[in-house]
Amino acid sequence: MKTAPYLLSLPALLLFAVVVIVPLGMTVALSFHDWGQYKGIVPVFILKNWREVFSDSYYGEMFWRTFRIALLVTLLSAVFGAPEAYILNRMRSPWRGLFLLVILGPLLISVVARTLGWALLFGGKLGLVNAVLQSLGLISAPLPFMFTETGIVVALTHVLMPYMVLAVWAALQRLDPQVENAAITLGAGPVTVLRRIVLPQAMPGILSGAVIVFALAASAFATPAIIGGRRLKVASTIAYDEFLNTLNWPLGAAVAVLLLLALVLIVFGANRWVERRYAQVFG
Amino acid sequence: MSRNGPLALCYHALFVAFTLAPIIVVCWVAFTPEGYLSFPTTHWSLRWFRAIARYPEFISAFWRSIGLGALSSVIAVAISVPAALAIARHRFAGREAFTALFMSPLMIPNVVLGIAFLRFFTEVGLGGTFTGLVLAHIVIIFPFALRLTLASAVGLDRALEHAALSLGASEWTVMKRIILPLVLPGLVSGWALAFINSFDEVTMTVFVAAPGTETLPVRMFLYIQDNIDPLVTSVSACVIVVTVAALVALDRAYGLERLLVGRSGADGR
Repeated sequence: MKTAPYLLSLPALLLFAVVVIVPLGMTVALSFHDWGQYKGIVPVFILKNWREVFSDSYYGEMFWRTFRIALLVTLLSAVFGAPEAYILNRMRSPWRGLFLLVILGPLLISVVARTLGWALLFGGKLGLVNAVLQSLGLISAPLPFMFTETGIVVALTHVLMPYMVLAVWAALQRLDPQVENAAITLGAGPVTVLRRIVLPQAMPGILSGAVIVFALAASAFATPAIIGGRRLKVASTIAYDEFLNTLNWPLGAAVAVLLLLALVLIVFGANRWVERRYAQVFG
Repeated sequence: MSRNGPLALCYHALFVAFTLAPIIVVCWVAFTPEGYLSFPTTHWSLRWFRAIARYPEFISAFWRSIGLGALSSVIAVAISVPAALAIARHRFAGREAFTALFMSPLMIPNVVLGIAFLRFFTEVGLGGTFTGLVLAHIVIIFPFALRLTLASAVGLDRALEHAALSLGASEWTVMKRIILPLVLPGLVSGWALAFINSFDEVTMTVFVAAPGTETLPVRMFLYIQDNIDPLVTSVSACVIVVTVAALVALDRAYGLERLLVGRSGADGR
């Protein structure tokens, strides 16, 4: 047996064993511990937290809200992001690079700063968009945005959109423009070309982008925390509250582990479905 | 290749406006001369940028973020190079599992990682320390570092090494004179991408940082939770400017597409 690759990976393996696997195991164990206001964390094995998460309708509602928001964000970014990736792909050299930078760049700009922008556009007394719409007489009262699900969905769509554009863009890179031209030569209209040639080839990109966006939206923290405030909670902000405000760590750990499990199931399920569906085409 | 029609270009313009609007608005409000949030139209002022100087917690958080990003990215890249060489050039049992493990921080929600780190660091006595922050950041930026070091390790031409070896170079000389110079651009880009990701990370860090070890995004987040005023817009504007500058530099040096899409830029187009 060769030892070289194991020796080479050893530093990274050690790091991940100690700082990822052990802490995750400890978190799972923590979710089975008892907790009380005065006694703190009691290291026993009980199902109290899990029973609470599954029986209390508050958590059911909150998880349902989390996944509803994630689904809407995924749909919106697919519907609006995929056409943009296609348009970008058809651009010529200087513009293409420039707009790719403009559209993908925000991925690396602080989420806090980007969410703050949405709060400034719609929130409070300032709300630029509301002010403009009101002065144009299009609306009579400001559109509610802060502390609403709509607000979280819009801001999260903005934050995660670049991932969708990126995924579809990567898929379109493999598309041979000659196939489109061939279809046109054979008499296909632009709609037929889009529907029968471009869309099927972009679909794996849209689906893999959807999986990424869904996973990130369901576990997003900063955006729902800022837009949703203290009133509208999602899974990650509940876990945060339990850990840093109520200090009921075991219950917070149960919420976090459940979120992780749900996401792993959904992401793996979706990936397998995508692979099976496209295995014949691309295999 | 066919061109985009006018309808497509309109859509594109709207899309770009949607993408940029929140970012521009933050920078715009930052120049207000008023004591409250407003969009300056006739009078512009730098008062809120000067005001940052009166809030030492932002300044110290900024330097902590820079130090944390620089240090954890260096360590992440240093650890990723041998791992990348192992994955790129050896076929061994567990190779796929190792790769999946090293990429797992991309799959595990940052909020879950934050909770796991908080629990772990409190138990081992690293709670709220800078050391804890560095360890946590190395983990979450490791996939970015590994992706780029892996891309350059895969691209290495082994004939060059064989040539050096046959000319009498030692293994160490080959490493120093052949391998490292060839993978260096990948290492630098990997470092930069890891740095930006560390610099922007808030979700995981908010759990691990304590008062006194808060990073800039965490400080901004906690500030916004209490109230939104022009001060936090001017701090955000500075962060945006710094990130955009780094982005443009990175795009020039390596190509943003290659950086973000990963292999597809490299595999021969």
